[in-house]
Amino acid sequence: MIDTIQETYRSSFEHQPEAPAWLAELRRQGFARFTELGFPTTKLENWRYTSTAALAKVAFQPAPVSAPDTKAIVDANRLEGVDLQLVFVNGRFDAAASTTAGLPEGVVVVSLGEALGSHEALVREHLGRYVDAEQQAFAALNTAYLGEGVFVHVPEGVQLSAPIHLLFVAAPGADPVMMHPRVLVVADKGSRLQLIEQYVGTAGASLTNTVAEFAVGEEAEVVHYRLQREGAEAFHIGTLAASQAAGSRLRSFSLSLGAALARHDLGTNLGGKDAWGELNGLYLVKGTQHADFHTTIEHTVPHCASRELFKGVLDGKGHGVFNGRIVVPRDAQKSDSGMTNQNLLLSRDAEIDTKPELEIYADDVKCSHGATVGQLDEESIFYLRARGLSLQEARSLLTLGFALELFEQIDIPAVRSLLDREVLAWLPGGGKE
Amino acid sequence: MLSIRNLHVSADGKKILKGLNLDVNAGEVHAIMGPNGAGKSTLSNVLAGREGYEITEGEVVYDGRNLLEMAPEERAREGLFLAFQYPVEIAGVGNLYFLRAAVNAIRAHRGLEELDAMDFLSLAKERMKLVELKQELANRSVNQGFSGGEKKRNEIFQMALLEPRLAVLDEIDSGLDIDALRVVANGVNALRSDKRAFLMITHYQRLLDYVVPDHVHVLVDGRIVESGDKTLAQELEKKGYQGIEVAPGQ
Repeated sequence: MIDTIQETYRSSFEHQPEAPAWLAELRRQGFARFTELGFPTTKLENWRYTSTAALAKVAFQPAPVSAPDTKAIVDANRLEGVDLQLVFVNGRFDAAASTTAGLPEGVVVVSLGEALGSHEALVREHLGRYVDAEQQAFAALNTAYLGEGVFVHVPEGVQLSAPIHLLFVAAPGADPVMMHPRVLVVADKGSRLQLIEQYVGTAGASLTNTVAEFAVGEEAEVVHYRLQREGAEAFHIGTLAASQAAGSRLRSFSLSLGAALARHDLGTNLGGKDAWGELNGLYLVKGTQHADFHTTIEHTVPHCASRELFKGVLDGKGHGVFNGRIVVPRDAQKSDSGMTNQNLLLSRDAEIDTKPELEIYADDVKCSHGATVGQLDEESIFYLRARGLSLQEARSLLTLGFALELFEQIDIPAVRSLLDREVLAWLPGGGKE
Repeated sequence: MLSIRNLHVSADGKKILKGLNLDVNAGEVHAIMGPNGAGKSTLSNVLAGREGYEITEGEVVYDGRNLLEMAPEERAREGLFLAFQYPVEIAGVGNLYFLRAAVNAIRAHRGLEELDAMDFLSLAKERMKLVELKQELANRSVNQGFSGGEKKRNEIFQMALLEPRLAVLDEIDSGLDIDALRVVANGVNALRSDKRAFLMITHYQRLLDYVVPDHVHVLVDGRIVESGDKTLAQELEKKGYQGIEVAPGQ
């Protein structure tokens, strides 16, 4: 790490608001570990295709307390029919723009800052327990700045029908801004919740380094949507670390289409019998964008199932990386997992590096995986043109079809139509159809 | 409406059409019959503008314009429709979504206002009845999970929506059982009009019992070797193509 940059991080680390002793200790460990690890380099197997050199050169600072006016972007990203919303601007909680009215009794949806006071014991029990801040430099960095984000607790047996919408806005202005939100979700036995984690941004250099930790209790279900579209100069590092108890279900969908560099490390640990873990995602890159998904599903115990489907559309000189890791230790018999990665290359200069990484030590398991890289089908293009669509319309429609197949099972209409809009707007021609 | 003069076409260096002549006027139904490899599908593909064919000689004039210079979508917008022998399956693209885009592309070309989702849906429902297409199929991805017969019905359904002036039906009867054939033929008959022409390309005479043509042409080895009325088809049925091939015309 360049010394002056390191000093910037140290200075902002040292000038954080006060925290309870246990949290200060957690931060201290995080910063110490980050200092040891430094920013990952491409010499590390996990970062082989993704360089953080450009990111490491920028002196990111926490945003000043005075928040910029982000009303327009916040309003534009409200989801119809989704009233439960927490808004963060440059990592700071925007209480005025947030609504948490009408929650069932016992359900907690608050900013992490508030939860540190109101639910300290529960937060302390779970915070930092699921993410690997020892090995992952950015998780360590996030831990170094722990303090703001979201805390969700759904008690035993409560099925929360209203989705929770978390909106994180990066609004850097003239100076490079960094934020390190932490989302902690505790879903007790037999509960259910749907969480929309959305990242948007305005122009300018920003670093969003976010960590989400999910503790999914027995028979609980968490449905997770992660939508990422920030500005052209943005860096986005997103981590999901889930821990699943017996009979629990996690279904996660990610969409990544913004940022100069977006790196996602998504993982779940199937730690109880009959747990179901599902990670799905779509990445769209064009220009010189870079999107990287590293996923890990660990079948720690027998009789769990997991599914993974990631699709990529790569245009211009865009670069995509998919690395799907599935771990099945010797005792995890009867594990059932399937992983698929499909990529569509729209230009000759686009690039995809795709790699399944299976570490299977049990012998009585069902594990399938496949990866494809292809182009738009000429026959299909001709079929559409023979019906009157222009070449570009035909290409757009086929690309859209490829991409949206992934989201057919999304049952929140506002999320579904947001995805449709986002993908359409991304397409060449700006979504004329 | 359509005039094909001395058309020579090659694919992969192999001569397929070798001087084909054909005139089609509005309101007429023409059948082109021929054995496998005679060049039937090449003719329909060249008319629709599929890539991969080299036109070495001759011309195709459609409504006074050089058809061969037009992009496939331009031909479609000008009223040419090809019912595919093998309709393509397209994952993730809704049948109706695609067809609304197609209808609106053609309407825009004709200076008409685009149809909104509601207006389009009521039009689609009405036209679906023509070929007894189930609504659930219309809502699915294009041709995905359709049986062979359903795909062919979907082609005719598309034709009914796009209202072409010249419809080229490439082996619309292939792979159909007698009931499905009747449904498809009824759809075609319902769309016959004095402003619309049909070019039916088929291997078998059977289709022509249901859609009775005004003219029948026999295509052998890249040329039309004989033309006549519907009785020619019946004659072919009895004699087979063999009888014609030994005595090619001009």
